[in-house]
Amino acid sequence: MRKMYRNKWFLSGMILMLAAFAVAGCGGREAGNENQSGTGKAASTVETAKERGKLVIGVKFDTNLFGLKDPASGEVKGFDIDIAKAIATKLLGDESKLELKEVTSKTRIPMLQNGDIDAIIATMTVTEERKQQVDFTEVYFNAGQSLLVKKGSPIRSIDDVKKGVKVVAVKGSTSTKNVREKAPDAEVLEFENYQDAFTALKSGKGEVLTTDNSILFGMMKQDPNFEMVGGNFTDEPYGIAVRKGDTEFASFINNLLKEMKENGEYDKLYEQWMGEKPSK
Amino acid sequence: MLDVSVLIGNWDRYMTGFGNTLAISVLALIGSFVIGTLFAVLRIAPNRLLNIIGAAYVEFVRNIPLILIVFLFYNGLPALHLNLNGFVAGTLGLTVYTSAFIAEAIRAGILSVPQGQTEAARSAGLTYVQTMRHIILPQAMRIVIPPLGNQFLNLIKNSSVLGVIAGLDLMYYGDLINLDTFKTFSVYIFVGMFYLILTIPMSFAVNALERRMARSG
Repeated sequence: MRKMYRNKWFLSGMILMLAAFAVAGCGGREAGNENQSGTGKAASTVETAKERGKLVIGVKFDTNLFGLKDPASGEVKGFDIDIAKAIATKLLGDESKLELKEVTSKTRIPMLQNGDIDAIIATMTVTEERKQQVDFTEVYFNAGQSLLVKKGSPIRSIDDVKKGVKVVAVKGSTSTKNVREKAPDAEVLEFENYQDAFTALKSGKGEVLTTDNSILFGMMKQDPNFEMVGGNFTDEPYGIAVRKGDTEFASFINNLLKEMKENGEYDKLYEQWMGEKPSK
Repeated sequence: MLDVSVLIGNWDRYMTGFGNTLAISVLALIGSFVIGTLFAVLRIAPNRLLNIIGAAYVEFVRNIPLILIVFLFYNGLPALHLNLNGFVAGTLGLTVYTSAFIAEAIRAGILSVPQGQTEAARSAGLTYVQTMRHIILPQAMRIVIPPLGNQFLNLIKNSSVLGVIAGLDLMYYGDLINLDTFKTFSVYIFVGMFYLILTIPMSFAVNALERRMARSG
């Protein structure tokens, strides 16, 4: 009898606690919503960031050359990061007021819409579907599928990938499908990951490796005996995403990009990360 | 649940992979049996140096992961200007790896024939080679068949590592079909069935051989 009594108390205690949590949760969310819409209709990040004294940008932490966390120092580095720093410097006068938050391809749009981050600079391709959910700035990096060959290879473009040429690619990537379409006579050898594919190219299992140029730039940096040829044969322009309707912030970034391209800062950053000047 | 259209739609790729896996298995089986027997004999030969060579080979090879040996043949040999494709490099790696286990199985079989048999044969005037050929090996073979059959079954299944070096085997094509159709469950169920088509008859053959040898003994 006593045991049951105690159990009852325990149970009601639990229910009370749960209820308290639920209430707290609701309260929190409401407060968050207020915050987001409280400063006026579609408050621009240009103002809110200045008020906060902080700019929060979502970047990748796992992508070589664009946003990669150095496990030793804990510092995140890359092309995307430097663009984010330039925005923070221009907006708040100090790059230390920039806060980087890790995003993945799955989390970045919800995080932007929730207000967790003010912009996405995370190797994000501009697509029509995404334009429904976010606003994009001008393209800041022209990504696309390209070819990597050993220096001095007779293969200079996708047109040279004919019958008898072995192409190295990564299993299940869209780049495998693209190259089969563009060069249907070539033999495609598929590997588990980029590292295995690059090793196979290095040891001569194939004459050419194909995937996104953003990854090929990294391979070229690793081993300068290889070069990219023929430009991009698919188009995947990367843009910076801001919240839908945040046009003031988008044009602020666009002006900055234009400025950086004019004063050569963009080219400098591009060359620093990609190892070569951007092709015009 | 099981989508037969996966099998029908990709029949060519399944068949190519199946044929290649069969070829890889047969080649590696013959190769590893020959090499394995050789090293088993080295390990028990009445010569200290040969024993050491045999033991070194077996211990070195069987204590390294198979995938590493296969990688070595695929990506390591080009440093010596010997560039093999995935099929050849994979088959060689598989042969070398399995031969170490076969050497051990055969050695254990030979050693399990009582010492008295050798002594009796030798005192009857037979030479060492004659003793091996007529007295010891026929008895050893009977003991060795079950563990040998195990090794051959393992070999067929282990051939799936060729998938990671573009060895064009069943697993390689299975991965490609999966990434095209995204019907993971069905794709690999059929891959598994094709492996069973190879391994089940092998299993039965080993059992039958075991019974026959037992009777003739």
